[in-house]
Parts: sequence; C-alpha cells; structure tokens
Amino acid sequence: MAWFRRTKENISPETQKKDLPDGLWEKCPECGEILHKKQIESNFWTCTKCSYHFRIGADEYIRLILDEGSFKEMNKKMKSADPLGFVDTKRYSDRIEQTIKNTGLFDAVKTGTGTINKTEVAFGCMDFKFIGGSMGSVVGEKLARLADKAAKSRIPLIIVSASGGARMMEGALSLMQMAKTSARLSVLDREGIPYISIMTDPTTGGTTASYAMLGDINIAEPKALIGFAGPRVIKQTIGRDLPEGFQKSEFLLDHGFVDKVVHRKDMKHTISQLLELMT
Amino acid sequence: MAKTILEFEKPVVELEEKLAEMRKVSGNFDLTDEIKLLEDKVIKLKESIYKGLTRWQRVQLARHPERPYSLDYIYLMTQDFIELHGDRLFKDDKAVVGGFARIDDYKVMIIGQQKGRDTKSNIYRNFGMPNPEGYRKALRLMKLAEKFNRPVITLLDTPGAYPGLEAEERGQAEAIARNLLEMSQLKVPIIVVIIGEGASGGALGMGVGDRILMLENTWYSVISPESCSSILWRSWDYKEQAAEALKLTSSDLLDLKIIDRIIPEPLGGAHKNHEEAAIMLKKALTEELSQLIKIKPDKLVETRIEKFGKMGAYVE
Ligand SMILES: [Zn+2]
Repeated sequence: MAWFRRTKENISPETQKKDLPDGLWEKCPECGEILHKKQIESNFWTCTKCSYHFRIGADEYIRLILDEGSFKEMNKKMKSADPLGFVDTKRYSDRIEQTIKNTGLFDAVKTGTGTINKTEVAFGCMDFKFIGGSMGSVVGEKLARLADKAAKSRIPLIIVSASGGARMMEGALSLMQMAKTSARLSVLDREGIPYISIMTDPTTGGTTASYAMLGDINIAEPKALIGFAGPRVIKQTIGRDLPEGFQKSEFLLDHGFVDKVVHRKDMKHTISQLLELMT
Repeated sequence: MAKTILEFEKPVVELEEKLAEMRKVSGNFDLTDEIKLLEDKVIKLKESIYKGLTRWQRVQLARHPERPYSLDYIYLMTQDFIELHGDRLFKDDKAVVGGFARIDDYKVMIIGQQKGRDTKSNIYRNFGMPNPEGYRKALRLMKLAEKFNRPVITLLDTPGAYPGLEAEERGQAEAIARNLLEMSQLKVPIIVVIIGEGASGGALGMGVGDRILMLENTWYSVISPESCSSILWRSWDYKEQAAEALKLTSSDLLDLKIIDRIIPEPLGGAHKNHEEAAIMLKKALTEELSQLIKIKPDKLVETRIEKFGKMGAYVE
C-alpha cells in the first residue's frame, strides 16, 4: 500500500503554508490543527494530532481497504429515475443532475469486487457527498445486486456506510430499499457467507435500521455518529440535553451494538484478519 | 369524548344534522319526500367530498382519533384472541399488541401497533410509537407462529418508532433491521395491513410480508409530511405540499407497485362505522389467507424476497 507511506520531505504547516496555493490546507474540526491535505492523506485521512477521522468518500475507502487496483466496479452508471416527479424547493431531477456534475458520482454508493490482501470480496461503499449519502432506489438496488454477487461467488461481503438515512424524494420506494437490502442479506445469512458492516460518520436513519446493523460483524470508526433517530429529534422529544458521547461509536460499543471500534489505519488489517479467521 | 370533526367533514355533518331534525318533526307532518331528497343529497355530497380528497386530507383521516385501532379490529373480526406479552429480553411494549386468534377457520398470529384513544391510554400506549422491545416482542410472536405453523397478520398504525434516548441505547435501529431480515425468511405466510399511519421504518419494522394491503384512507411513506416539510422546506408550513410530493396514499402506493390491494372503507372513513370496516378487512384477509396457505414455505420465502426486490425505480 504505497499510497499512504509518508513522503520524504516532512511537511510542516508553519513554514510552507504561504508558499502553497489555496485549498491545500485544512483545519481539524476537533482540535483546530492546521494540516496539509497530503499530510492528512498520508495519515489515513485522520488528524496527526488528535486522530480525528475526516469525512472521506467512496474512492478513498476503496484505496484504504482494497488492494491497489483490484476494484472492479459494477453497475457504475445506474441513476435515479425520479419515480415521484418530486419537487420541493427544487426539482429532484435537477438535484440529481447537479449532484452528478458536482461530485462525479452517479449515486450515493459504489459497488464492485476487489481483493483484501488477496482475498476476493464483494465491496460496497457509500458516499456522503451524494445528497447526504441518502438511500434511494439506486443505493438499494446496487447493494442488493452486490449481496447477490457475494452469494453467487460465495465471497464475503463488506459494506461501508455513510448516510443520513433513506432519501425523502423517492418516498415509500426509498423506505422499501430497507426491506429489499435486508431480504437479500438474509440469503447470505442463511448460506453462511460472512458480511462485515463498517459504520462511519454519520450512519443514521433507515440505513442504520437495515443493512448497516446487520453485519455478522459490526465495525465502527472512532467517534462516528450512529443511530436511528437524529440527536436533534431526540432532544426535542425528551426535552433535555443529551449525554456526552451519546450515539457515538464508543456508546454503541458499550451498549452492545458494534463489535469493535477500529481506527482507519487498522481497518484493512482488521477486516483481513477477521476474514482469515471466519472463512 | 367529544366528537372530532375534520374541516372537510363539516358540510356533511351539517346536512346530517338537518336530516336528523327533519326526522324528529316528521311525526307531526308528512316529510317523506323531503327526507328522501335530503338523504340522497347527503350520499351524493359524501361521495363527491371523499373522492376528491387531497393527500393531506387523507393523512388527517388516517389519524382520525375515532378510527378503529388494532385491538378494535382484532376484537371485531377474530374469535378466541389470547393476548401474549413481552419480548423475553427487557419488557412488554404496550405500543405493540399480539397473540393467537381465529379468523373464521384460520388459526393465526395477529400483531398490531396500538394507539390510545385518550390522553391516559395514549400515554400507556406511548402514542403507538414502539420502542426496540416492541419490535422484539413482535419478532418473538412471529417465531412462535413459525414454530406452530400459523400465518402471521400484522396491522400497522404508528406515527413512527419512538425517538427516545433509551430507545437508542437499546438499539432501535438494530431491532428494526433484525425484523426486516427475520421476516424475509419466516416460513409461514405474512399479511401486512396498514390500518392508519405507516410512518417510515417504525411501520416497516413489522411490515415485510407476502401481501401488503392498505385501508383506503391511510398513508405509508418514508417520512411524515410535517417532518418532510421541516427538512426540505426548512419550515413546518409546507405539510400539504410535502404530502402531495411524497405520494403517500393507498392509490399512490398501488400505482408505485408497493402494495397489492386497497381495502375499501365505509363511506366517510373507517371511523364512521367500525363494524363495517372490520367486515371489509376480514373479507380481504380471509381471501388472501386462502391463497397463501397453499404455498410451500420455501417458495413463499423466495417469492417474498423477489417481491421486495422489484420495488424501486432506476435507469441503467
Ligand atoms: Zn485534530
């Protein structure tokens, strides 16, 4: 995995910031440290000072977890059909086209096959950049087909979630994707094919209440927000402040809903070791 | 309890009051013709009003506080209902009821999401919002049905899974997800009926089945119109538009090929006549049961998975 090795020249923000073009520096939202993009990248997109896990997309997770160049994408160009002709303050169809243009993604998940230390896996990864990683018909269908691929080839399934939940603009059809994906996972479950779910910041709503919580092994990145209802709604319901760390990965570990909280730098190794022991 | 009259029901209620008045005085005069005329007018008015309801008005009917709830239907259409309690893990969730019962000749497991009728019973029922133990109670009863080879009927009527602190601690998301997976593989027939509000994952958590039916004046969607308004319009004032945009009525869901059948309600809504509504529901259930019990368990499961597999719209 050559891509994450530290580059020779040590980048220090103080000396180089003014010489570099804008957009290459980022402030850690957790501790305020100013970090160079390359520095973040070489540190698994985490803060060198406080280990804050920056939000990253599907392509970054593919590089992080799969062997270099091994990913073969399936159903790449599948797009939403706007089945309701949904309009809020904007047309959903315009929102889709604009997001495709801005992100270079076709929807909120990439699926395909690849290898992890030479073990073949079916791999799906959501991307929060695409309408908040929301799950509509495309996400549901691609993940369902991915589960079918895992069943047919008898290879382990790995899904990385990053999602605000079901996509409102496809109404009840989005809701049914929860049932669709869970139904297909039930086949893997019955056939004894391993499924590892990885939850990243944030994993909430219908995504959590379907495939994200159904792993044989549930893994979470540190301090990720994971839950069913959003913290704002819960606060309104109960009328008081929420305790520190509520709905964070460590909270879920403590309450028995994830098996492990794993730092990004150890993610590939942990998955690889689990697969080794399970298959 | 004071009668609740929705805005669009008012013209009908006014005519009905006039009709009652006329009947009262008809002992003194012969008003037969006038009464007949007015009766026809009431029926015509009802038909025109209820055919032309907006989606938001249907949502209001689905929430009507005098609508029959799960236990009303259970008592009206089943015999020998024995209510069973508890998830065997944490507690008995009062927002979910269930037990063995008979519908005509069919011995079934019937499970429902249960709202309360007044403040006190609503607090007891948590306004029909299940906690994780509600979903786990339902699953326990479904497994029991599977063990003794009894079809499962679920009645959905919830404003949502309870968004509370303890619900999250006890794994609301996991409880719903587990039900989706387990219901997919259950080896006995499952009939799901939306009898009131089908709000999001809270409803779907008991909603995977071989037949999905909706009563005429109910809604089923990914989010309530109010919450959708608050998120997409950043204001609570667009609930009518949100209801239109979400396409959440029974006829919408039939068009979207999510449900198999709409069960008609008495004219004016199920709250106008509980007995008649229960007869219509029972008729639909027995018709579906007669078909489903003939299917072999493996075929049933395979077809169920395919059924949900077909839901969705995308371009390749
Ligand atoms: Zn930091």
